[in-house]
Amino acid sequence: MPSFVRTDRCDGCRGLERAACVVICPTDLMALDPAGTDTGHPMMAWNREPEQCWECYACVKACPRQAIEVRAAADLVPLGGRVQPLREAASITWTLQFRDGTTKRFQYPIRTVPAGARDPYADKPAADLAELGKPGFFTTGAHGLHPADPARLVRN
Amino acid sequence: MAAEFGTPEVVEEDLDLLIIGGGMAACGAAYEAAPWLAAARRAGVDLRIKLVDKAALERSGAVAQGLAAISTYLGQNDPADYARMVSDDQLGITRDDLTYDLGRHVDDSVHRFEEWGLPICKQPGDEDLPLAAGGRPVRTGKWQIAIHGESYKPIVAAAARAALGPDCIAEHVFIVRLVNDRRDPNRIAGAVGISVHDHRVHIYRCKACLLAAGGGLGLFRPRAAGEGAARTWYPLWSAGSTYAMAAAAGAELTMMEDRFVPLGFKDGGGPLGAWFLRLKAKAVNAAGEDYQSLPAARALLAPYAPWGEAAVTPTCLRNHLLLNELLAGRGPVYLDSVSALGKRAETLTPKEVKRLEAEVWEIVLSMCVAQAGQWAGENSAPQKRNSELMPGEPCLLGSHAGGCGLWVSGPTDLAAPTTEEHPEADQIPAHLPSGWHWGYRSMSTVAGLFTAADGVGASGHKFSSGSHAEGRIAAKAMIAYVMDHRDQPELDTPVADLVAEVYRPVRTYLEHRDATTAPDLNPHYLTPRQFQQRLQQIMDDYVGGVATWYRTNAKMLDLAEAKLATLKEDAQALCARDPHELLRAWEHQHRLLAAEAHVKHLQYRTETRYPGNYYRTDANGLDHEHWKCFVNSIYDRKTKTWTLFKRQHVDLVEKAAP
Repeated sequence: MPSFVRTDRCDGCRGLERAACVVICPTDLMALDPAGTDTGHPMMAWNREPEQCWECYACVKACPRQAIEVRAAADLVPLGGRVQPLREAASITWTLQFRDGTTKRFQYPIRTVPAGARDPYADKPAADLAELGKPGFFTTGAHGLHPADPARLVRN
Repeated sequence: MAAEFGTPEVVEEDLDLLIIGGGMAACGAAYEAAPWLAAARRAGVDLRIKLVDKAALERSGAVAQGLAAISTYLGQNDPADYARMVSDDQLGITRDDLTYDLGRHVDDSVHRFEEWGLPICKQPGDEDLPLAAGGRPVRTGKWQIAIHGESYKPIVAAAARAALGPDCIAEHVFIVRLVNDRRDPNRIAGAVGISVHDHRVHIYRCKACLLAAGGGLGLFRPRAAGEGAARTWYPLWSAGSTYAMAAAAGAELTMMEDRFVPLGFKDGGGPLGAWFLRLKAKAVNAAGEDYQSLPAARALLAPYAPWGEAAVTPTCLRNHLLLNELLAGRGPVYLDSVSALGKRAETLTPKEVKRLEAEVWEIVLSMCVAQAGQWAGENSAPQKRNSELMPGEPCLLGSHAGGCGLWVSGPTDLAAPTTEEHPEADQIPAHLPSGWHWGYRSMSTVAGLFTAADGVGASGHKFSSGSHAEGRIAAKAMIAYVMDHRDQPELDTPVADLVAEVYRPVRTYLEHRDATTAPDLNPHYLTPRQFQQRLQQIMDDYVGGVATWYRTNAKMLDLAEAKLATLKEDAQALCARDPHELLRAWEHQHRLLAAEAHVKHLQYRTETRYPGNYYRTDANGLDHEHWKCFVNSIYDRKTKTWTLFKRQHVDLVEKAAP
């Protein structure tokens, strides 16, 4: 169910070292066509292996021009549906268009702390090398593991 | 020398710790490693670490789209109950020590996720109370909690970035092969990677490495033939790399027969967990019968006592019942979402009904958007129309309801066995350890080679949070190992040979490309796509793929073994026309070796331990006397042969007896 790039919006991420979709695709499907030899559209991106596209929407969400959308798998799904996200700092809004023209819109939170606002090591203990070989994490120590009733273990 | 196609730049790096992968486990390892490395530095030991991801950290791995639930959070439950649950789902064959240990560690990772900004759904009144402070989660099942998880991976990746910093993270480099120590063939010395975008080969030397590169998809032919072939349940970029590279390095694998056949909405592949657990939906056949509740179902499950008679039917046996409906001609099978939602709505206000609708769509929009796209194209919606269910093609993984992976060293404080006491113990190759722990937690049988998550076998049901926690557990042990082993291993193969080996497909292409007029069609080479298609054909025809409704037998497996051996010879003829194809050429070679392991294990276990996932039609039942044990293996990369053997299974927590 592949992603596709709209020619009315893609600008090849001019000014960036690499196109955002090229960077983010987990399986390297997106490519830039600088001379237009692959697509006929110079300096635009394209999905070069649609039959390997998991439809993860990473490219759709990453595109700074909202130039990428998804067309459901042609062998499985009728035309006319459109599911498109608008991802913002703390929420994502999905707009669904059904083949019969009806629409739905849903908004969900995606984070409670702004990106970069919380140091993941703030207020955490330093790791103690004496605990390195014991169970537990630097955050819990060996004694802060989940409570467990030792009588439940049947071998001793 | 300027790098160009065919003559790559070669970059060599010396490290102490190498993390291979960028998913939940790798990110967990990074987060846990940083404070211990800082402690080591304070003690005068400066260790160099690098994480190498074939993609971008924000969206790599199985959690790319997000998730609607965290499926392993113990909360009030005891780790012994968790260990028992995993064992019961896997018909009794699990490493209780690994699951118990995971159970007592995992909640801390979930607490960290919440701290980092992952929205966790709470009971009314507890919205602002963290889980760690006693905030009650919305449970979708005994072990699962609901989240708003679209940004789960970016949030976890951010913590990993903060842990290591940009100089210690390499993205878009695909590790294709491990390298062993010249002086000790059972010790890791490094790894070789290819740039996904540029003409560059990376040679990493390391003292320890965490191989956490996910599970294996794309080995079997999917049901769909066109674009829909990519609509796999687990992401398609899981190439079996963990299993293949570990096996090639000589690490012992376990339970590679314990595949997972995922059940999802047909075509879209959407998830069902919340439907069964929280929304109490039923699977029904074409006549509308809840076939799992009928007396006939009890009869079908009786041969699999006690697990077949348990209150919670094991995952594979739920497949078994569904397949029985389809094969008897009573399909299609549907998820009766209309009744489930209708029943729910009876007691709800209109506003609450709208809220329920939003929650139902969030299940797919936060983890399987393709399913939403399917419903949109079909003018369908779960409250309006029931959707078909269909099991997909088999996958190899260790993090869900499957048990594939490496045999790893477990914790030492749970009275796990330290010896092998069974009639076939003498079949275990002499150089391998006895018992369940041998010095460093999460280490494989190859010194310095660690794994986590999908890479740890015989310990399913860890899911995303458990994968993160296992990465953290492994990171600690890796650091301990390196502090105890400060000597530098030597690569057992010259760098020039390694570069030539990984770049072979490029040279093959350059040598033969002008022989024919069509670039894809040449008797001298196979494109990666063609190679994968043959692999998938073999697996589907002979190894219990969808074509045979997951059925196979000894003769079919022997044929598969022979055909895979021939395909392996043809791997020498793989071509790559750019770095992207070189990535694919290696991913598919990983798939091939993982597939071989799977075939060997299915051959060896003459038993159908996991009906619904696979059937040995010539051994179609349980045989506890001979097979209530682990099936393990070792691969010899020089002779290209597999050695299969049993290891004893022992319960560490109480379970119903078979």
